[in-house]
Amino acid sequence: MQEKKYVFPAEVKAKKRAAVVILSLILLFLVVFFWGVHTGTIHLPLKRVLPALLNRGTGKERFLVFQLRMPRIIISVLVGAGLAVSGCILQSVTRNPMADPGILGINAGAGLVVLVYIAGFAKDSPSPAGMSILSWVGSIGAALTIYLLARNRNKGLSSTRLLLTGIALNFGIQAITTIITLSLNPQEYQTYAYWMAGSLWGVTWPYVVTLLPIVTVSFMIVSMQASTLDVLPLGDSMAASLGVSVRKRQGIAILFSVILAGSCVAAGGNIGFAGLLSTHISRRLVGAVHKRLLPVTALIGGLLVLIADTIGRSMFLPSEMPTGIVVSVIGAPYFLYLLLRTAKREGS
Amino acid sequence: MVMNKKKTPTYVKGRMHATAVIIPGILMLFGIMIFSVGYGVADIDSKTIWNSIVSFDKNNLSHQIMHELRFPRVLGGAMIGAGFAVCGAIMQAITRNPLADSGILGINAGAGIMIAVCFVFMPSLSFTGIAFMSFLGAGMGMAMVIGISLLTRTNSLQIILIGSAITTFLTALSEGLIIRSGIGQDLAFWYAGGLAGARWNQVIIVSICFVLAMAMSVILSPSITALSMGEDIAASLGINTKTVKLLCFLTVTLLAGASVAMVGNIGFIGIVIPHITRKLVGTDYRALIPCSATLGALLVVLADLGARSINPPHEIPAAAIIAAIGVPFFLLLARKKG
Repeated sequence: MQEKKYVFPAEVKAKKRAAVVILSLILLFLVVFFWGVHTGTIHLPLKRVLPALLNRGTGKERFLVFQLRMPRIIISVLVGAGLAVSGCILQSVTRNPMADPGILGINAGAGLVVLVYIAGFAKDSPSPAGMSILSWVGSIGAALTIYLLARNRNKGLSSTRLLLTGIALNFGIQAITTIITLSLNPQEYQTYAYWMAGSLWGVTWPYVVTLLPIVTVSFMIVSMQASTLDVLPLGDSMAASLGVSVRKRQGIAILFSVILAGSCVAAGGNIGFAGLLSTHISRRLVGAVHKRLLPVTALIGGLLVLIADTIGRSMFLPSEMPTGIVVSVIGAPYFLYLLLRTAKREGS
Repeated sequence: MVMNKKKTPTYVKGRMHATAVIIPGILMLFGIMIFSVGYGVADIDSKTIWNSIVSFDKNNLSHQIMHELRFPRVLGGAMIGAGFAVCGAIMQAITRNPLADSGILGINAGAGIMIAVCFVFMPSLSFTGIAFMSFLGAGMGMAMVIGISLLTRTNSLQIILIGSAITTFLTALSEGLIIRSGIGQDLAFWYAGGLAGARWNQVIIVSICFVLAMAMSVILSPSITALSMGEDIAASLGINTKTVKLLCFLTVTLLAGASVAMVGNIGFIGIVIPHITRKLVGTDYRALIPCSATLGALLVVLADLGARSINPPHEIPAAAIIAAIGVPFFLLLARKKG
């Protein structure tokens, strides 16, 4: 790179493209938001949505919109964005397109702790808040264990070892989980299975108030590392030769992706696929430069989970389909479509 | 592998010769297999084992237990362990990704959805029937992944992405089906059953696939070594990468499909064993594939023995024992040399 400010034509093009993508995502957001407020178990007519949002509805409508739908919509966006950003960072840091928050044991750790809670302490009525706090402890605990095991005091953190340690510990936790699962009664099992599949049911304002600052602050800190994240995929030695203190930056990035993913899993259950899918989708939309990639990934993740949650709670009435499942069912085909399209463009 | 370019693991100091792994490995494997056949809820001494092979007596209960339960179980365990390990090694070589295993080809997810469908819509299906359907499912999942990647003429990297997208999709579908119909725990029991349900008719099918696939992987192993260095290098060495890759995928499907159909997914073997073996004998796949097969078989036979003997007459899921043996060993190894 030269000192003088020369703007590459490709850079201009990429900027334009990113702007178009972000604008259309925001528009889509608004549409889905209205649809999300409108639809659900209790019907709210479309023309009543706007008055209710502007606080001019009846008491019942106000309760429906502000106490039931809004917190859930906000949480699903936050959870999606958080997981997506976390997945994006992990893929860059480990230089592995298969990495997602689940690889750090976040989902497995949370699942195990929640399972022990359901099986041992709250047989009849597990409280959602208790499950959230415990799963936060479980996910952060598992991730820290993996991080510490993978770290070498002399050589720092090798990304391959991080991934392999993650896989090993994940498998170990899952084996314990299997043994406990077999001892549950069907009712308990269903509660656990539902939680594991990623469900946003029963979300209230306190969740929003807790999750919002965590996600925003982490996102801001991570965004400041954007230029570092750009060079990390080139390899540790290359990044070091460009003047990046790799070890420290890597540590910060991993730490915050753990906090993000752990908190999101705690609030929304196991929606790990969102992290993997959103990153790949947005990389195909705006390229791999992190100052554009991170915000777009966050938007895509939020949108994906919001759409999935809205579908999950409105199309399977009277019951719900766990959000995690819907995320995969709609996200995976779209991702395949993107893959096919880019492959065709490169081929021709 | 690709990740640490600084050293080429082939020349890592202190690397053992392949025969130093294989010969003791196979000896140990046979020892444990024989012990495992004799050991169990109904204890059988070594003379009876020998007699049941040489002069099988239909009316002798011990002989029957041996023939109908123990032999297929131990033999099946050995083949499955070897199979998963070899599949993992091949997949990691082709995709050049240390996290890849046979699951990437949609095999596990395809089998999983078929098993879920069997449980929901055909609850009266026999054990063998379910195994057959899940083998079909594995083939179906693989066909989807390979079909799409052939359609787009993608490289190995994109196969990983296509594979994980399809795996995600199929897994979500079966999860939805499972939650809607509330069969989750039945399925968990089925998966945890592991090798307990192994019978001759399955073991025979698995062993046909096994022999075929093993022969293929040994024949392909020089080309796999070249592919593991990258497609360009392999091509410049005169290897038809497309054909080799396709043959490899077929091998993996045959091997992993049959194994998954019999015991469900124990994907961890496919990652842990090739990595341990790579540390022992290096990255030449002519050595790596037979060594991985030996160690994989050893791990599963040991784990199955443990599953049966820790708390008789109950069984512990074999996956738990594999975790108990494999995870600490793997972590130690990763710390020491990684």
